[in-house]
Amino acid sequence: MTGTTSGHRGLDFEEPLLFEQGAEGRTGVDLPKPAGKANRLGGLERKSPVGLPGLSEPQVIRHFTRLSQKNYGIDSGFYPLGSCTMKHNPRLNEKLARLPGFASLHPLQPWSTVQGALELIEQLADWLKKLTGLPAVALSPAAGAHGELCGMMAIRAALADRGDKRARVLVPESAHGTNPATAAALGYRVDSVPGNARGRMDLESFHSKLGEDVAAVMLTNPNTCGLFEDEILEVAAAIHGVGGFLYADGANFNAIVGRVRPADLGVDCMHINLHKTFSTPHGGGGPGSGPVVLSEALSPFAPYPFLVRDAKGLRLAEGPGEVPEGAKPFGRLKGFHGQMGMFVRALAYMLSHGGDGLKQVAEDAVLSANYLLATLKDELSAPYAGPCMHEALFDDAAFRKHGITTLDFAKALIDEGFHPMTIYFPLVVHGALLMEPTESESKEGLDRFIATVRALMARLKSGDVVHFQQAPQFTPRRRLDETLAARHPVLRWRAGAEVQD
Amino acid sequence: MRYLPLTDADRQKMLETIGAASVDALFVDVPKAARLAAPLDLPDHLGEIEVERAVARLAAKNLDAGSVPSFLGAGLYRHFVPAAVDYLIQRGEFLTAYTPYQPEISQGTLQALFEFQTQVALLTGMEIANASLYDGATAAAEAMLMARRLSRRERVLVSGGLHPHYRDVARTMAGGVIEVLPPKLGGGEELASKVDGTTACVVVQNPDFFGNIRDLSGISAACAAAGALLVVVVTEALSLGAIRSPGEMGADIVAAEGQSFGNGLNFGGPTVGLLACREKFLRQMPGRLCGQTVDIEGRRGWVLTLSTREQHIRREKATSNICTNSGLCALAFTIHAALLGEEGLKRLAAINHEKAVALAERLGRLPGCEVTTPAFFNEFTLRLPLPAASAVERLAEDGVLAGVPLSRLYPEAEALANHLLVAVTEVTEESDMAALAAGLEGLLP
Amino acid sequence: MSGFRYTKDHEWVFLEDGIATLGITAYAQGQLGDIVFVELPEIGKTVSRGEAAAVVESVKAASEVYAPVTGEVVEVNAALQADPAIVNADPTGKGWFLKLRPQDLAELNSLMDEPSYQAYVKELA
Repeated sequence: MTGTTSGHRGLDFEEPLLFEQGAEGRTGVDLPKPAGKANRLGGLERKSPVGLPGLSEPQVIRHFTRLSQKNYGIDSGFYPLGSCTMKHNPRLNEKLARLPGFASLHPLQPWSTVQGALELIEQLADWLKKLTGLPAVALSPAAGAHGELCGMMAIRAALADRGDKRARVLVPESAHGTNPATAAALGYRVDSVPGNARGRMDLESFHSKLGEDVAAVMLTNPNTCGLFEDEILEVAAAIHGVGGFLYADGANFNAIVGRVRPADLGVDCMHINLHKTFSTPHGGGGPGSGPVVLSEALSPFAPYPFLVRDAKGLRLAEGPGEVPEGAKPFGRLKGFHGQMGMFVRALAYMLSHGGDGLKQVAEDAVLSANYLLATLKDELSAPYAGPCMHEALFDDAAFRKHGITTLDFAKALIDEGFHPMTIYFPLVVHGALLMEPTESESKEGLDRFIATVRALMARLKSGDVVHFQQAPQFTPRRRLDETLAARHPVLRWRAGAEVQD
Repeated sequence: MRYLPLTDADRQKMLETIGAASVDALFVDVPKAARLAAPLDLPDHLGEIEVERAVARLAAKNLDAGSVPSFLGAGLYRHFVPAAVDYLIQRGEFLTAYTPYQPEISQGTLQALFEFQTQVALLTGMEIANASLYDGATAAAEAMLMARRLSRRERVLVSGGLHPHYRDVARTMAGGVIEVLPPKLGGGEELASKVDGTTACVVVQNPDFFGNIRDLSGISAACAAAGALLVVVVTEALSLGAIRSPGEMGADIVAAEGQSFGNGLNFGGPTVGLLACREKFLRQMPGRLCGQTVDIEGRRGWVLTLSTREQHIRREKATSNICTNSGLCALAFTIHAALLGEEGLKRLAAINHEKAVALAERLGRLPGCEVTTPAFFNEFTLRLPLPAASAVERLAEDGVLAGVPLSRLYPEAEALANHLLVAVTEVTEESDMAALAAGLEGLLP
Repeated sequence: MSGFRYTKDHEWVFLEDGIATLGITAYAQGQLGDIVFVELPEIGKTVSRGEAAAVVESVKAASEVYAPVTGEVVEVNAALQADPAIVNADPTGKGWFLKLRPQDLAELNSLMDEPSYQAYVKELA
């Protein structure tokens, strides 16, 4: 028990739901009372209450401040979440995205009134094209998975345009789940390619599955084991040889940005997560932004809108009559033009680093991951020999020997003040731990983390299994019952609902 | 470089620990042919002052809708966002957190999502809601796909009053058999007779794209009789404070744009997609869900749940490929809705409606002009005696953003060329209305 | 358990009066952990051998349950909808998934018997 009368524990507050603390008639906004005379609602006015609780502004501020204190962000500490690139989110980017010239801009204003916004989009596109070596970019996708949909739709459209209907897409076993989900959403049969002993896609198996009915191979490079697919040129030549396309999942672009261009690897199409490589904040699960760079052959098939420059300046081509000659857009993917707020943040990040700084980003990210691998591989079990790229992968062999799970270890790290690494992904190694330090972490920070992992391993070897199985002990909540949540879904507050025991 | 903590001395020490001669040695697996020989043609890094200057220069070239009389809506609305909202969403613990996969240190995000899901369910009159999708258009497309899975039927019938972008996204994402009725300015269209045993769902927007408030009871009954689902789309979520909820009118699934609560215009993104439905459809719902449970000490807490529907578990068998959604925009929605409360919401909706009615009456009196929307909330269509696009261009030169000419979204429909979509919100002032009326009057033949 | 036949994907099948009852093994439920949801096919549907006939979900995983024989679904275990934990508690008894009317009984012959399956599981551990 908490040992306090109130249930609070110092700065750790028990915070009820909004719906449990309102009072009728109270509000946190001051609005004039409407005259109540106008009614052109066609007899369909709302007669029943919505059921929103009434709180004042101080109550709302306190509520969400207390909630925020139960969260761990990059601002709080080390966040080595593999495949997610949790790098520093500069505040300058936030400030610039909030300039009224961007934040209060309506997407359907006349083009003459939004030239600065379109210029920013053009500049961002130019950076992305130069960094990837690919000649075109579609900016509307709202996230990485949305970008995958966009890129694969462009591939499907390009194939259809030459009268070529293909049935299969090859996806390595180690791929992000979004890859097979995307291919399946487009009606492709997903053919999974196993990995080899080196943690790369097995080339022999890839060749055996390749055929004239394969639309694309979806490759993440560096892959989700944190390793560079060193046979990618051969993969590209082979898929191109059968008339298919090489789709690259750009989730791990941070490892090579400014140092290697996907185009030089034979990539035809790649989505880029602006919320990973280019620092736009993850926000507890979005919003993201997933622009897609495209090869010459795929560029006509990009979705609406197209950015066009003519005598009058810049505009976005939004329909069939407006696109440049030869363009054959596959359709529209999102309302309006894309995640402008993220474009501003990403461009500010690019300008801050410059070409030279971005190259340094890739180098520091890779250096830091290798530092973790080198210093921890005698403590933890590393399934693949280095060097790794931007993330270091371990399996749970060292834990299993002492009777704990990867999850137990992750929860013990939480008590030590760290956000755990990604766990149980990729699926190709048992009980995976995937650590991505990014370039934002200082050497002292890395050393503290390394020392903590070592100390925990010493504790485990001394036989203190219970410490791990009981972890976390110092968090606002301890381990939560996910089985109960799934067996008896409670997805909203209801008046009078009690918590089930 | 102010964002990079490693010093050259650090780098050297780390290389020694690794046992690598140089950073280049760590990139050994990259084929030689693909390693860049020379730096890319990109500018070098800049200090904070220079970056701010460069980006602010671009911002200054735009005419922001907040600084002039502005009447643009068409799916995104210029509402007042209380200062508290933007302060709270910029707290680093919210802003810089990842998806709450580690619930013990993500209870803040999780509880807020649970509150969001509850608010969305209450507003739409549905039983449950998910933790957000990208935007209204993608939410509507996901709703159609969901209805197809639930009904095991293919055909989708789409009202002519659906936002053209939503219609196009549905065609792209949902593909297959989608029958779209032609646009109808006054809102009355015959949907019910087109529903049959092959219809997966009917998609109707309310208020529709032209501003009409629609009575959905007829179409809801027709859907129920044919075993089809009724998908109701809402692009102005604030209308839910003034008109009967989709749930009360028989909706099975509601897909909405939530931007009006807590989120700015941002030139169209990011915004927040809402998806709500009946509880029995839960397993076919795409996107993340936050659920209530207890911890090992029996204390109430929240987790992401039912994730076996999602791509990271189900891979090619997932309900959708969506992963990242609009968490922070959902948080802004929740904070704004919390500040409003029942009283504030009712009031805000009434003010929007009152001002819109006042402007409609005023513009309808202009010679040769007619409001073609009989019942509306805060947006209506005005027929001008001249092409609306040219009127909008002309008035923009005088710093008045008159609205959205229908020709922008229906370039092929000549019958709509003279129509202007006009939105009014709580920030619209008397002087704004006067400027628009005077501006239009000056253009009349 | 005599009369039970097993697949490499850890389904069991039991034939009685020409009807094949199907479920997942104790080993399978142990690997999955707490089962939270079971998705069952419609009665009357014909499933082919090797085709997914049902889905079983734990908190962190979803697995297809493949039909070991081709046949028509004649009954499903509705009790699992309300209480999927039955599969954990009694996988080869009350935790059965569905009943099929096999088209070709010979298909059962290629499946493992009890001792072979136990040996197979031992190998996996």
